[in-house]
Amino acid sequence: MNDIIVKSITRLVIPFLQLYGIYIILHGHISPGGGFSGGALIGSSLILYTLVFGVDRAQKKFSHRVSEIAESGGILLYLFVGALGIALTGNFLSNKAAGFPLGELGSLLSGGIIPVLMIGIGIKVASTMITLFHVLIQEESQ
Amino acid sequence: MIVLNVMIVIFLIVAALAIERTKDLLSAVIIFSVYSLMMSVLWLILKTPDVALTEAAIGAGVTSILFIAVISRTQRYEK
Repeated sequence: MNDIIVKSITRLVIPFLQLYGIYIILHGHISPGGGFSGGALIGSSLILYTLVFGVDRAQKKFSHRVSEIAESGGILLYLFVGALGIALTGNFLSNKAAGFPLGELGSLLSGGIIPVLMIGIGIKVASTMITLFHVLIQEESQ
Repeated sequence: MIVLNVMIVIFLIVAALAIERTKDLLSAVIIFSVYSLMMSVLWLILKTPDVALTEAAIGAGVTSILFIAVISRTQRYEK
């Protein structure tokens, strides 16, 4: 798409979209939303970039190699934190019983392992969204 | 509030029937995204803002884009 208005507006909007997604991911344990919603927002901002600037430039920014690492890394972070609970108490994803600091209710640094899990889910969902779209779009050029 | 609730539910039923009746698949996708948007308003009224947020991002945004990508690779009109 070769339109200066669309390109300028996209450049202006994408940082706010991604900031909002990161905000929702980081506040997953104290406000509505969480890893899945925030990850979907970040993924749709990357889809917007692909739609406006073309799949080749988007592939340079977020290639299949990066998305492989992000997807596996996100879910491995989740599994690692869950396995930490098994090692400490014997239950998967045990939080308070495993001795993680819970913090003060309502503050950003609270909830023990929940924020870490939210970050893992957010990375995985965002990279899954963009990979789905790239795979659907790219097949034609090959 | 109950009147708004009933109106949205009736709109959702009409939209679902319209999606089924439409032969133009691109129009069906657009009606589906309107359906998702109204569904997210309904979730908000039912006091589940997290589901509403996800529905607005996934249902109205990403799903429509994926459907349109599929239509661009196949054909637009139902036989």
